[in-house]
Amino acid sequence: MCSGTFFLIYRIGWQKMKKPVVVFENYEYKYRSQKKPTLQEINLTIYEGERVIIVGASGSGKSTLAHCINGLNPFSYPGVQKGSLKLFGQEVSQLGIFGVSKYVGTVLQDTDGQFIGMTVLEDIAFAMENDRVNQEEMKVRTFREAEKVHLTDKLEAAPHDLSGGQKQRVSLAGVLVNKVPLLLFDEPLANLDPATGKEAMVLIEEIQRNTNTTVIIIEHRLEDALDQGADRIVLMEEGRIKADCTPQQLFCTNLLQKAGIREPLFLTALTYAGINLQEEMGLANIRELTLKEREKEQVCRWFYEKEEISCNKKSTPLLEVNKLCFGYEEGKNALSEISFTIAQGEMVALVGQNGAGKSTLAKLLCGFERQQKGEIYWKGKDISDFGIKKRAGYIGYVMQNPNQMISKPMVWEEVSFALELAEREPSYIKEKTEEILKVCGLYQFRNWPVSALSYGQKKRVTIASVLVQDPEMIILDEPTAGQDYGHYTEIMEFLVSLNQRGITILMITHDMHLMLEYTKRCLVCAKGRLIGDTSPSLLFVDDKLLEEANLKETSLFGLAKLCDLPPKEFIDRFIEKDSKIRKQMIRQEKLYSERKESAR
Amino acid sequence: MTAILSYIKKDSLIHKMAGTTKFFFFLLWSIAAMITYDTRVLVGMFFCGCILFKLAGLKWKEVRFALVFMFVLMTINLVGIYIFAPEQGVVIYGSRQVIAKLFWHYTVTIEQLFYLFNFFMKYMAVIPIALLFILTTNPSEFAASLNQIGVSYRISYSVAIALRYIPDIQRDYREISQSAQARGVELGKEAKLRKRLKNSAAILFPLVLSSIERIETIANAMELRGFGKYKKRTWIMRKKMEKRDYAAIAFGVVILGISLYMIFHNEGRFYNPF
Repeated sequence: MCSGTFFLIYRIGWQKMKKPVVVFENYEYKYRSQKKPTLQEINLTIYEGERVIIVGASGSGKSTLAHCINGLNPFSYPGVQKGSLKLFGQEVSQLGIFGVSKYVGTVLQDTDGQFIGMTVLEDIAFAMENDRVNQEEMKVRTFREAEKVHLTDKLEAAPHDLSGGQKQRVSLAGVLVNKVPLLLFDEPLANLDPATGKEAMVLIEEIQRNTNTTVIIIEHRLEDALDQGADRIVLMEEGRIKADCTPQQLFCTNLLQKAGIREPLFLTALTYAGINLQEEMGLANIRELTLKEREKEQVCRWFYEKEEISCNKKSTPLLEVNKLCFGYEEGKNALSEISFTIAQGEMVALVGQNGAGKSTLAKLLCGFERQQKGEIYWKGKDISDFGIKKRAGYIGYVMQNPNQMISKPMVWEEVSFALELAEREPSYIKEKTEEILKVCGLYQFRNWPVSALSYGQKKRVTIASVLVQDPEMIILDEPTAGQDYGHYTEIMEFLVSLNQRGITILMITHDMHLMLEYTKRCLVCAKGRLIGDTSPSLLFVDDKLLEEANLKETSLFGLAKLCDLPPKEFIDRFIEKDSKIRKQMIRQEKLYSERKESAR
Repeated sequence: MTAILSYIKKDSLIHKMAGTTKFFFFLLWSIAAMITYDTRVLVGMFFCGCILFKLAGLKWKEVRFALVFMFVLMTINLVGIYIFAPEQGVVIYGSRQVIAKLFWHYTVTIEQLFYLFNFFMKYMAVIPIALLFILTTNPSEFAASLNQIGVSYRISYSVAIALRYIPDIQRDYREISQSAQARGVELGKEAKLRKRLKNSAAILFPLVLSSIERIETIANAMELRGFGKYKKRTWIMRKKMEKRDYAAIAFGVVILGISLYMIFHNEGRFYNPF
């Protein structure tokens, strides 16, 4: 209590000293094309030098809020605003988009799209060129910014020679050249592998510390975004601010769960262990967490309650890959000597850093590219020479972006497309398409235009359109990238239901939560080699493997260490408990929706 | 999988010259080659072009595809000229020395062959310089020079940006077409033309959609970094004109001068040895 009061006084005093940088007052924003305002009753002040994370499920208005800050609203996406929004004491509506760009530097999520220049040098200089800076000065300043983001040896490189993390650093340097006092990051972690994401957060922290820049980060991967801590978290829900407080304060409430945002895993574990979360425990990240002896004992007790996990059934191998080699250019191997076996009915994660060869491996398995050496066996039969179309009858491939796969305007047409092309009998097409639509929960949408569906539903359409060809295995590239917890769970539970119907699933992913929660096995790639074939819990206790694959240890590992428990077993215990709870939740939700149906 | 003809980074005298110079030189050179049919001038220009090409350190391998493509077009063009105007050379040069009779009214005359040869040399004089211009000019620098000679920077930047995103769109196309093929869309030679056209719509639809998404990102990213803020902008890739640049342009003017002088000298655009 005492420390809380002290903290309050400290905060008030501190806020008086600090200059307000962004001030929303009774702000409301309505897009021209929308009937209802997307943002309502926004009252928010961000002070100089603060780091604020804005979280919220998709559609909660967090991107709209960001667009209001950087001027895209209303200048690029017209709309009507009420109330006031001041940037550094000036009304945004009077500043215009270029006026805003003097104060706010925005780093977008799409690392490729925002790379405008032909080379790193040009991209960093872009903002200065528009500001009519003379050439000599531009060269000096470009070099200086490149130094800040550790890219001086890459100035001449083109975007396709850079990794995702490097491209993001270029974008960062590109806004830093303007010496903007406020940096806005729109989902900076969405396209990065875990270790690169961590590096990005460290770099942001470093820049902030050195320049007293204010940083606003929009992200729903809260645990990763909090890696370097944050002064405040702003939680958005349905266009309103639901919470605006320190991470510690927020984690003591259940507001995050209600808004469909995932809290850091170690906090979930503590909750499972029955520990009451308190502010002074240092909840923002695992390194700051302190537990009393009594609480540690509580965690230990929970840990030893574990149930015996049933032994895995022996299963038959479905896909065998033997010493696969492939290179796009002669002499350079994108993949070398890859061998593994996947058994029927497995759900496997394929992980590793950007450019490690994960997608290339998937393309080889689907016959999109032809291996130079090695064989692929399907139930013992050699399918190495099968072409792309023939392979699709065994292994289906689902791309990351559903818009890249959807080629018909209507759901039914899209799903039955492959069968129409194969010129199957109309009666079979009708029967099969209906069956798959029902399996995928899309039957009621069969006559809908695809464009009217949500992202998760579109994803299901693309999976359905692959499933009509009767593959026994599907490969998915980043099935949940950029999705909030609600959509993530929706997509993943759908995949689990497919898996239970006997479809083998291989997922390429950066999401360590996904791997931990939904798979029992992971293949780990690095630099074109398969360096690990293990269980997620074993991967997380193997420092060397984690580092080689550019992955990041989970906070559960830290918690286990804090309580002197064996990490691997601790993680296993967590997964066991977590999946049980999730099943209960889904059951309840089903009951609830069924009750709602019958009530109608 | 890069674009067939694009800037190749090298370190040579030609590469070091400003894009504006190369652009003007290319213009002067093309006009010179266009107005004259004088064999001596054209052959001279061709050799000059070859020397410059060599000077830029470009290799035959790098332009092979483009050259083959241009030769095919050129052959079609020459054959076309012969078919539609088999007696053009006779009209121009005023004499008729028949070598062979083909069919109907088609004959082969020395004059017609000479006329076609001159036509061929016109191409040969321009091709090395055109290739040189494309292969040694950095697109961003070219955008800068276009702006410098008075083209609006919005237009000149769009040239650079198109070149920047071509590889990205190619990659998208490849991925989309692979996934479409897995669903049975046939693009190979086995499929009938009508079917192939219909099938390519299945790829175009998602490609256009994803490109529109991309364009939105690009436009936002550019605007957020102040593109279009002022009437003018500076360019980090712009090269200053140096003495050698003026010398090169002077050389271009001289060539154009010779070409013009020969029109007076020959009393027409053609050189008549007959």
